[in-house]
Amino acid sequence: MDNIKRIAGIIWILLGPLSVYYLVKTAVIEISKKPVLDTKIQWTVFVVVFIPIAIGMVLFGYYALKGEYKHLPESSAEIID
Amino acid sequence: MNQTNEAYNIRKVIAASSVGTLIEWYDFYIFGSLATVIANQFFPKTNPTAALLSTLATFAAGFIVRPFGALVFGRLGDLIGRKYTFLLTLIIMGGSTFAIGLVPGYAQIGFAAPIIVLILRLLQGLALGGEYGGAATYVAEHSPSNKRGYYTSWIQTTATLGLFLSLGIILITRHILDQDPVKSISKFNDWGWRVPFLFSVFLVAISIYIRLKMKESPLFARLKSEGKVSKNPLKESFSHRSNLKMVLLALFGATMGQGVVWYTSQFYAMTFIEATCKLDFDQTRTIFMWAILFATPFFIVFGKWSDRIGRKWLMLAGMLLAIVTYRPLFRMLVSITDTQNKTEVTTKKQIRSSFQIVDNSNDTLRIRTINHFFTDGTSLVETSTDTLYTAPGKVTLKPEVKTSKIVSTQNYWLITGIIFIMIIYVTMVYGPIAAFLVELFPTKIRYTSMSLPYHIGNGIFGGLTPFIATLLATIYSGDKLVGLYYTIIVAGICLLIGALYINNKIDKDISD
Repeated sequence: MDNIKRIAGIIWILLGPLSVYYLVKTAVIEISKKPVLDTKIQWTVFVVVFIPIAIGMVLFGYYALKGEYKHLPESSAEIID
Repeated sequence: MNQTNEAYNIRKVIAASSVGTLIEWYDFYIFGSLATVIANQFFPKTNPTAALLSTLATFAAGFIVRPFGALVFGRLGDLIGRKYTFLLTLIIMGGSTFAIGLVPGYAQIGFAAPIIVLILRLLQGLALGGEYGGAATYVAEHSPSNKRGYYTSWIQTTATLGLFLSLGIILITRHILDQDPVKSISKFNDWGWRVPFLFSVFLVAISIYIRLKMKESPLFARLKSEGKVSKNPLKESFSHRSNLKMVLLALFGATMGQGVVWYTSQFYAMTFIEATCKLDFDQTRTIFMWAILFATPFFIVFGKWSDRIGRKWLMLAGMLLAIVTYRPLFRMLVSITDTQNKTEVTTKKQIRSSFQIVDNSNDTLRIRTINHFFTDGTSLVETSTDTLYTAPGKVTLKPEVKTSKIVSTQNYWLITGIIFIMIIYVTMVYGPIAAFLVELFPTKIRYTSMSLPYHIGNGIFGGLTPFIATLLATIYSGDKLVGLYYTIIVAGICLLIGALYINNKIDKDISD
């Protein structure tokens, strides 16, 4: 199980850049199809908001790959280091 | 005697927290429910800057500002205490809502109107971002470990009941302003929309009074007396690797999937029934009100159950059921409301036309209404509007057609049943989540740490669901249900992460 958790980390790491690529690509296509202010704002908001989340996903994957989730903290002493 | 006092105290704690949180949700939802009416009053489409402000008000407040509110008020809650922080969020939310009801329209004060409304809407989003974490933490920190899921599940009912209250107040106000229903709706669109906003002030006043009488959370009070309160909750929450990894796990393994299920069942389904299935405005709202009413007790059921079997598998089961059944359930909604499959009673068909002179011209507006009736009791009203031009050769290329259906009583309850099932999924994923989040983080940074993943999951992943799903349906117009793939993919990833990495163990001691 621990190995699966670690290997799955690679998937989460890849998921971050892949989702940003898909999002930016769709944004460019949609804005060029209908270059009005509403479309530009909508897609800019989507891209700006989801990029930090995608970075978070990469970080999560990295932690998983490093085996950080092998053991979850059972007391606050383990969390506040 | 002690046990009786304890039970009485916890009931007071739950009531004080839940009523305030319910009112905050009500305040937040009435803006969304009245977005079209508000847009006409404050953001005229003819003016591009006002339209830009409208888009910002829609997007910024619900999605971007909520996580910021979580950070601002979460930090405050970990520094000065839960009680005063969620009292502050209530005052900000109530004040902004009441003020929106008072702002003069664009026609009266021009650009100042949309700018003021945008600022007030941002304040609403900010306040909401701070409220939930405070209420959930406050109740959880009063609860014994064996009833934490049960007690916090009362807080979990508030978001859905807030929606119920907003739908009900809007529906009642739309119909009581005049004896003639058409005139009543017209008055509502003109000035009556302000009533639900102004009404909020009474609810907020009662809630502030109740909350003022409450004491600080015992766990936080103890931490404060021992001088162990966090000095920098933001730094401790997000720069310490051991806590940050739990924040990320909470987001990607729980709140992200919970958010999309919540918004698909209760918001996208409503948009879908009204815009895609073309069901009547009032019928759509009453269907949701019934479904919410029947499903709400299940928040408590699943919250309580989670105290016995753990939070993890209940939440993940809700996600799994949603992933597997959303498409068949939405397909049923399409099928039930599709008049192509029904037999029309042609003898009952009514066609009416009316004409209005267009202001400042000689052209005429033609409004054609066709009423269709079907053997199963469904009726359909088709209203097409076009302009008859006096200038030779000028014709309306495509008349504007609006369709509205009223389904039979049997189908009405069938649709209510389908929505009920979808809201049951919400109760499964949402009922235990407050207890789950509270148990994940230590007391000194709990408010900050749990608020951020909650509001990214709900505000961004969840809040964007209706927009992304509708957008997908516009891009890939061949499949009416294509919008559901957003929910299915997000909930699917969350389900996998949750199943792999989350622990089902209930934390007995959250006082550390």
